[in-house]
Amino acid sequence: MTMLTLSKAINEGLRRAMEDDPKVLIMGEDVGKLGGVFRVTDGLQKDFGEDRVIDTPLAESGIIGTAIGLALRGYRPVCEIQFDGFVFPAADQIITQLAKMPLRSLGAIKLPVVVRIPCGGGIGAVEHHSESPEAHFTHTGGLRVVACSNPADAYTMIQQAILSDDPVIFFEPKRRYWEKADVDTTATDWWAPLDRAAVVRPGDDVTLFAYGPMVKTCLEAAAAAQEDGRSVQVVDLRSLNPLDFPTVMESVRRTGRAVVVHEAPVYNGFGAELAARITEECFYHLESPVLRVGGFSTPYPPSKLEEHYLPDLDRILDAVDRTFTY
Amino acid sequence: MTVDASRGAEAPPELVQLLTPEGERIEHPDYDIDLTPDDVRSLYRDLVLVRRVDLEAVALQRQGELGIWASLLGQEAAQIGSGRALTDADMAFPTYREHGVAWCRDVDPVKLLGLFRGVNHGGWDPSEHNFHLYTIVIGSQTLHSVGYAMGIQRDGANAATIAYFGDGATSQGDVNESFIWASVFNAPIVFFCQNNQWAISEPLEKQTRIPLYRRASGFGFPGIRVDGNDVFACLAVTRKALEAARTGQGPTLIEAFTYRMGAHTTTDDPTRYRVASELEAWKLKDPIERLKAYLFKNELADQEFFDAIDAEAEDLGADLRRRCLEMPDPGPLDIFDHVYREPHALMEQERAQYAAYLEGFQS
Repeated sequence: MTMLTLSKAINEGLRRAMEDDPKVLIMGEDVGKLGGVFRVTDGLQKDFGEDRVIDTPLAESGIIGTAIGLALRGYRPVCEIQFDGFVFPAADQIITQLAKMPLRSLGAIKLPVVVRIPCGGGIGAVEHHSESPEAHFTHTGGLRVVACSNPADAYTMIQQAILSDDPVIFFEPKRRYWEKADVDTTATDWWAPLDRAAVVRPGDDVTLFAYGPMVKTCLEAAAAAQEDGRSVQVVDLRSLNPLDFPTVMESVRRTGRAVVVHEAPVYNGFGAELAARITEECFYHLESPVLRVGGFSTPYPPSKLEEHYLPDLDRILDAVDRTFTY
Repeated sequence: MTVDASRGAEAPPELVQLLTPEGERIEHPDYDIDLTPDDVRSLYRDLVLVRRVDLEAVALQRQGELGIWASLLGQEAAQIGSGRALTDADMAFPTYREHGVAWCRDVDPVKLLGLFRGVNHGGWDPSEHNFHLYTIVIGSQTLHSVGYAMGIQRDGANAATIAYFGDGATSQGDVNESFIWASVFNAPIVFFCQNNQWAISEPLEKQTRIPLYRRASGFGFPGIRVDGNDVFACLAVTRKALEAARTGQGPTLIEAFTYRMGAHTTTDDPTRYRVASELEAWKLKDPIERLKAYLFKNELADQEFFDAIDAEAEDLGADLRRRCLEMPDPGPLDIFDHVYREPHALMEQERAQYAAYLEGFQS
């Protein structure tokens, strides 16, 4: 076991993937000498060279578009989009090409491209640096969408994403980059496939569903609820497309109450899909409606206001309480 | 703004031309081509056959057998000339109009019809032909082509890519980004722009104030304008640019100056936005007529040859029609195929649910 920050865990995962397969490339803005603005690719260009860790021109569509071309030639590019809000210039290449080209070829071609996106708020940043654009991509068939929440998962999930022959959108919780945990970097197999959710805290009375940065907040809320005598289960979804329905439904059938938590706006957010699915499949097990806690249906606010926008422990506990009022 | 009816009536002075519209062979100081009589006859055959494929596809659309078709009429020389310049190892990235290049890459013409008939979105294996799938969103494929070229660089292979696009596409961000990428990475790529003067209804003036090939200099690589209706010139210029790319000299932008003789697609009506005299002027520069004139004048082919090619074209058209009509419709559960390479729970669930729903109609 090694104590690693989440940022370093991804770095180690990238390093191992590059050692294992010479076709793995890293491309993005400032990923070379600088090591990325969050240092996730720190040291990789020095060790693997400029042909494998590519500092690209500043054009996100170009990053994804050329990554597609490299993948067509047999490479496995890992693209870094510097910040969540900068993914939109690349959205065309991701949505119209990356997601659809394998189908267009009737399966003749594969596009093993990973798009890493630091996401979410809570770091006091300027506009376009705190967004949660996952629903745009979970709504696009052909993409896999995952979000890591802790260093150990970050280390394995980035390697699994690179090994996948499907394109993967890989969300990284930027405010958790500096949080540390033990990571087993000697493990040779993964504890679970990439598309499996994880019960990260057992509980009996209500289930909190979260992913990425909100998992930790939910764990804190569950600990606080415990003091009030409520047993809260926390499920880290990890994969948003596909979603691990069996784990989700098993939990709700047992607890009868579900709250979905994400930073993205509630309206048409990922929680809406989860709530609808739970209602369809667990209707007779539910003790209350599925509730959602998330951002407002506004653009992300200036950082002085972000604590009001982001779900926090109190807003999550408030929702938990409300599930007991029906 | 009024339409300039004289557009293209006079060949611009910068144009590389090896064969005049009248079928006269002319020399160019920088570009030469050494073709045997068989080579020339073969190019003629290509031009005639792809025009016939195109004609049949238009007819199939008119009869309701295709949903839409994007005609290459008038652009045969640009596509055959550039397509025949490619080696097997080179990789081509087309738009949705490169039926002539597809022909050069041995893609069965009936496979081109699949997406226009609505039975699939593509349907050939790009690696089998080194001819990528048709790309409908304008300009996207130029970036794929550069990325592929960067892969060629890393492999140390003796190959290049060629990216096809039109005059309208030059306004796209992706195309401009692809120029930048190709330039800074010195990628082995040829940008082959078929300037057919029209982006649906928008004339070239809506896209640019300078000749398109001159844009290349701003990006740091050479640009050249070629007579896009001259198959010799297109072949010579593309060959040279591809060789430069393969030998580490980086990208070239080729502007093939041509004309879209037909509608943008079968749903378009060019009489609403362009004048007949423009079309008439370009008819005099027809790529096939000029090569036919050259073959005649130089006694490289006789009437028997032309008749045989025409007969072959008729057979090709009939065969294409027959096989188009025989093309099987996809089954409803095919919707879920090939979306992902690896098992995907949601696909499996939706497929099973829809299969069960459909089965309900059986009982």
